Amino acid sequence: MRNTAMNMVHKLAARDERVLYIGSDPGAGTLRAMSKEFPKRHLIEGISEAHIIGMSAGLAMEGFVPYVNTIATFLTRRCYEQVAVDLCLHNLPVRLIANGGGLVYAPLGPTHQAIEDIAIMRALPNMTVICPCDADEAARMMEQTLDWKGPIYIRLGKGGDAIVSKAEHGFEIGKAIPMRPPGDVLMVTTGIMLQRALAAADLLAAQGVRAGILHMHTVKPLDTEALLQAVRATRLLVTLEEHVPSGGLGSAVAETLIDKLGSGLPAMLRLSLPDRFMHNYGSQDSLLKKHGLSANAIATSIEHALAASRTSSPQLHST
Amino acid sequence: MIQTSPHAEAALTCTLDERSLYLRRLVLGSVRSAGRGHVGPALSLIEMVRVLYDDVLRIDPKNPRDPDRDRAILSKGHGCLALYALLADRGFFPLSELDGFCGPDSILGGHPEYGMVPGVEASTGALGHGLSIGVGLALAARMRERSYRTFVLLGDGEINEGSVWEAAMGAAKHGLDNLVALIDYNKLQSYGPTDYVLPLEPLADKWRSFGFAVQEVNGHDVGALRTVLKQIPAVAGKPTAIICHTVKGKGLPAAESNADWHHKNKLTDSELDAIRVAVGDF
Repeated sequence: MRNTAMNMVHKLAARDERVLYIGSDPGAGTLRAMSKEFPKRHLIEGISEAHIIGMSAGLAMEGFVPYVNTIATFLTRRCYEQVAVDLCLHNLPVRLIANGGGLVYAPLGPTHQAIEDIAIMRALPNMTVICPCDADEAARMMEQTLDWKGPIYIRLGKGGDAIVSKAEHGFEIGKAIPMRPPGDVLMVTTGIMLQRALAAADLLAAQGVRAGILHMHTVKPLDTEALLQAVRATRLLVTLEEHVPSGGLGSAVAETLIDKLGSGLPAMLRLSLPDRFMHNYGSQDSLLKKHGLSANAIATSIEHALAASRTSSPQLHST
Repeated sequence: MIQTSPHAEAALTCTLDERSLYLRRLVLGSVRSAGRGHVGPALSLIEMVRVLYDDVLRIDPKNPRDPDRDRAILSKGHGCLALYALLADRGFFPLSELDGFCGPDSILGGHPEYGMVPGVEASTGALGHGLSIGVGLALAARMRERSYRTFVLLGDGEINEGSVWEAAMGAAKHGLDNLVALIDYNKLQSYGPTDYVLPLEPLADKWRSFGFAVQEVNGHDVGALRTVLKQIPAVAGKPTAIICHTVKGKGLPAAESNADWHHKNKLTDSELDAIRVAVGDF
């Protein structure tokens, strides 16, 4: 996914002279071909994220479309005020390409694990937040970023994630993709949780539970219409995210439903990482599994929630 | 310790001409109307802003978005009263707007906002942002082969922020000789002396070592400021830093070098009388 997104920057740069790549101190050879073809538009500016965001704002004020790239935690936590003030307050078309969203950098520990990035980016007025699920979708997404008016935060996965998106799904910023029609259950996913949701849906189907999937690649602006449409036909709404429980996809969905439905809320289960820093290493998969976000664990949680919803309160919460 | 500079000594003793006093009356009129404002930071800045807008910037108040205009960013956004006075005086917006400072429907807030105030290039107020934005503007000029220049006004307290020094390294890396950083070195920040809060000296050497061509000047000497600002770039291939030795609260004896006047709420009758004595009736 990362290589695809990077290569798309080069492709967009070939098509449009406004496009810049700005890296802090990326891996050796990042976008080497672009650096040779467009040396003046391939900028490596050092481990100075606060400055890079401000500089990108200045370039965007003059009509450029900078694609800024570094590790997700450094692109969010380190320079949050610059993102808020320089990019969002001025509503400038700077694209933040965040490597290693979620637990991709599991072995590198909590300084490198972006577990609250969706929440803090989503909180900013004018910011758009996109989490593609695989490389093919990342390519379709990047095509749509060129002329989007304001800033965009792009949360990239690890790379090598199973390709589950399809060309016929297309890609439109802010438009969710129905992957499976709603049944007893509707899972709403973002990023690479889609692959886990698809596998969980298969497991549930084997148990006779029909599970729909709505892929919310754009967490902000949230596709309210698609969400409301999908929840009408389901008994249990489940959100899945590689993120802390506060402020991410589950929060966005819950907020939207409360605002739109008031008292007629569906039973809801939010599956996420816990509200704490990870102190285990291993791999993205092993950490997701440890925190109940493997396909098996998701299916089990949903079965339990369905059973509980038959006998008790419709409001469910689990992390 | 703050090194004694002849420019700093001169800043303390130099007198102000009628235009400088008039601009101070505009600033203090806004403070009187609003019952609040950053007085000290604006008064130290006035001659820097005055010379920029009167003599240096290639700008047209009737066409504030002219692509070929010089860009100026007030990175120390809390000094905005000085900027507002100059912009109003130069015709970017009516002088009457100054009376609405910080009012509910005013375009003039306690920090300047892009899109709200004609002539304001960037929203500032959070410190340590302006120089990076300026690097982006200057780099864009280079890439687009445009001749506009970019001026960024920084506070001395502001350059406590590490992001300023990141930006300085970036400016030097790109050899942005179309970029000028003006430092309002009044040696007093919100809490107290810069030398107490976070010592900056040797300040000129710092900027020099970061790759800038450095000039030092009495920041209240209009003629000296004109001379320095008309010799940009100071060195071809290098960004320029102009350290302007100033006095916080310059022109109001009670406010000069007095941290209590960093931000002022309602002015008392006796303070208003003292202001009239210092800068004339307003």
